Amino acid sequence: MSPSRKILWAPNPSFLEAGKSTIKVLADGRFSVWHRKGVTMSWMGPREDAENAFKVRLSLRTALGDKAYAWDTNEEYLFKAMVAFSMRRVPNREGTEISHVLLCNVTQRVSFWFVVTDPSRNHTLPAVEVQSAIRMNRNRINNAFFLNDQTLEFLRIPATLAPPTDPSVPIWIIIFGVIFCIVIVATMLLILSGIRQHRRKNKGPSEMEDTEDKWENTVKIENGIPCDPLDMKGGHVNDAFVTEDERLTPL
Amino acid sequence: MVRLLLPNPGLEARIPTLAELESLEKQESSSRPKWDNKAQYMLTCVGFCVGLGNVWRFPYLCQSHGGGAFMIPFLILLVLEGIPLLHLEFAIGQRLRKGSVGVWSSIHPALKGVGIASMFVSFMVGLYYNTIIAWVMWYFFNSFQDPLPWSQCPLNANQTGYVEECARSSSVDYYWYRETLNVSTSIDDSGSVQWWILLCLTCAWSVLYVCTIRGIETTGKAVYVTSTLPYVVLTIFLIRGLTLKGASSGIIFLFTPNVTELANPVTWLDAGAQVFYSFSLAFGGLISFSSYNSVHNNCEMDSVIVSVINGFTSVYAATVVYSIIGFRATERFDDCFSANILTLINGFDLPEGNVTQENFAEMQQWCNASNPAAYAELKFQTCDMNTFLSEGVEGTGLAFIVFTEAITRMPAAPLWSVLFFVMLFCLGLSSMFGNMEGVVVPLQDLNVIPKKWPKELLTGLICLGTYLLALVFTLNSGQYWLSLLDRYAGSIPLLTVAFFEMFSVVYVYGIDRFNRDIEFMIGHKPSIFWQVTWRVVSPLLMLTIFLFFLVISVNEELVYSVWNPAYEEFPKSQKVKYPNWVYGVVVVVAGVPCLAIPGFAIYKLIRNRFRRAGDQQGLVGAQSTVSVNGDVRS
Repeated sequence: MSPSRKILWAPNPSFLEAGKSTIKVLADGRFSVWHRKGVTMSWMGPREDAENAFKVRLSLRTALGDKAYAWDTNEEYLFKAMVAFSMRRVPNREGTEISHVLLCNVTQRVSFWFVVTDPSRNHTLPAVEVQSAIRMNRNRINNAFFLNDQTLEFLRIPATLAPPTDPSVPIWIIIFGVIFCIVIVATMLLILSGIRQHRRKNKGPSEMEDTEDKWENTVKIENGIPCDPLDMKGGHVNDAFVTEDERLTPL
Repeated sequence: MVRLLLPNPGLEARIPTLAELESLEKQESSSRPKWDNKAQYMLTCVGFCVGLGNVWRFPYLCQSHGGGAFMIPFLILLVLEGIPLLHLEFAIGQRLRKGSVGVWSSIHPALKGVGIASMFVSFMVGLYYNTIIAWVMWYFFNSFQDPLPWSQCPLNANQTGYVEECARSSSVDYYWYRETLNVSTSIDDSGSVQWWILLCLTCAWSVLYVCTIRGIETTGKAVYVTSTLPYVVLTIFLIRGLTLKGASSGIIFLFTPNVTELANPVTWLDAGAQVFYSFSLAFGGLISFSSYNSVHNNCEMDSVIVSVINGFTSVYAATVVYSIIGFRATERFDDCFSANILTLINGFDLPEGNVTQENFAEMQQWCNASNPAAYAELKFQTCDMNTFLSEGVEGTGLAFIVFTEAITRMPAAPLWSVLFFVMLFCLGLSSMFGNMEGVVVPLQDLNVIPKKWPKELLTGLICLGTYLLALVFTLNSGQYWLSLLDRYAGSIPLLTVAFFEMFSVVYVYGIDRFNRDIEFMIGHKPSIFWQVTWRVVSPLLMLTIFLFFLVISVNEELVYSVWNPAYEEFPKSQKVKYPNWVYGVVVVVAGVPCLAIPGFAIYKLIRNRFRRAGDQQGLVGAQSTVSVNGDVRS
């Protein structure tokens, strides 16, 4: 916006630099300028200048609620300072001053356009440089205004999102490991105690079985009578009946 | 009164007489398991009945079928269908003192198929149910971090925005479908085993094994925790939920009665089906649990108590769930509205605070009037509370998408997440105990397992076998397989088995004999209510529900919902037809248990025919003369 630019009507070009005018950028590259006293001027600027301007939108009430501060010219000065600071960190642009940053069309929303000019004030800096500068210093700019990426928006400048914290070992594996180990230990204990119970039960009845076997191996006795003699006698004499001689006491 | 009784020779020989029952109980007390105390038995039955369906199926049915008015068919059918069937299963198990296969083959050898069908159904339901528990465990393990992993979308490659699939749907959807299931786009596309789900599945089956390793000896201890903890957590959530903004709108939405729904037969059908499935009838587990009771246990009172608790839990869980859903819907509505307000003030550079929810409509008109061209370019979302209240609120969608999102909006979210998933875990695990009982005991009764094998080994083999089969659900298409099984394995076969159960007890065993048994066991004859319901009302209801389900299932097109990012209406699920081979799977899954009943009867018939023709001889008649020395002249 140098005075040498072709202007249709400008009472005093220095008005433009004194910051007493508001400049509106139109989509087709035309600039229209309102002077505070109601004078309107417009001229054709190159398209690149329109593309090199960025719209900024602040949502102070959303972010800060009751503690929201009013957006006045001092805050605008701070904003220009932050943008100039960001540009100064770009390798070739260490000479950027606050006066190189131009704000325009501040609305009640609060939103405005800004553009950064080069030291000669002939050209505006390319959008790519401004974009990368703002992106690199987004955190500092946000913090200066107590805002974040959502409440201080730079349209057309995407924010770099913070990656979610990734612990080296995912937490879920740790919890899984703990629970699985507990379960395995409990299973082992139950199986071992089951085996022990089983052995005890097996030892008990098997001991009883052994003594019975021993007993039976000697003589098969039924009703108090040894079985074998019955077979040998061939059924002629039934030892179940005691003979008279044995039962009666001898006279 | 219908006094039909089918001929049943030899029944007396197969069952212990009433006189023998008490001595039998004493004899068995060392070899057969039994409950340590009544509380264990009640908690196990309540735990088996109260499951995930009470939390995520009943609230949805209640709300979609007329809210408060749904209570009427639900309660009526609870009394006419649920309680009689429950009492029947408890009483027959307590009387015949065997598991399901033992009970039915005692009543008549040809009815063994009923027990086998129960076993199949228990097996198949257990197969997929434990996978749901594995998913619950995955979410539980991931709940121990702040912020919760499903509260944010992951960033894309150059960190300028979120992953596209996540940005288009939501972070909870993305976490469920992509990071948990990693779901493919069709059931054909099986993909590979997802190792993290495999780990959770291993953990789930291990926990189940530890708890059921010695049958009711171990589950009886576990149920002290798994059956009571859900109620504690539900109460905590109720208190938390009622203090959240918007909870009341959810509860009002749930219970607002719409009496016209009562005229819709589908309402009654759904109520009947819900009562039936929620009572875990026809799985065989309840018969088994009841058979470990002492002979004179009051099964009538037990059945009434368990039914009442089950009904109460359904209503209680519905209240809690809908208070949280109301909160979520209100938050979403507020967000939607705020987005619209922002669009308006950004489009017209109005100061913040000028536009609120109250004057939004007027401001819209004012802006439209002042600059119609600019206004036309603005895109506003439609914000409707009812839509938010009715989205995706049943099944896994409720637990893993809607509820998890609601939790992320609560303060101290990880705590609520841990509590919620512990509750789901306990609900599912206690139902799995019943399923395992319904598989292990029939296998023992069928004598396919050598008697020498200890119970631990048998349970371990069953757990291992089912775990290996359940690996299907860890594939990319696992969720589709699970929905398929859920739809067909757990529905028609259960209805068939329940109908045959009722029919067998009333008409093959004999309702008179059954009445006498109950009189012996609990001291008084079952009242007229039981007589009417057992003989007529409940079988008719079962038959009606079964026929309706059959007609609906056969007529409906087999479609399923698929998560497809390439779908135009993404993030809505795409409805896709099942491939043809799925029909075969459905026939096997639903048909094999049902056909086991007549199949086994026919098999027994054929075997008897062949026996009579061939090898079995009657006892040879012999004249024996008395001989003191033991000569037997034949």
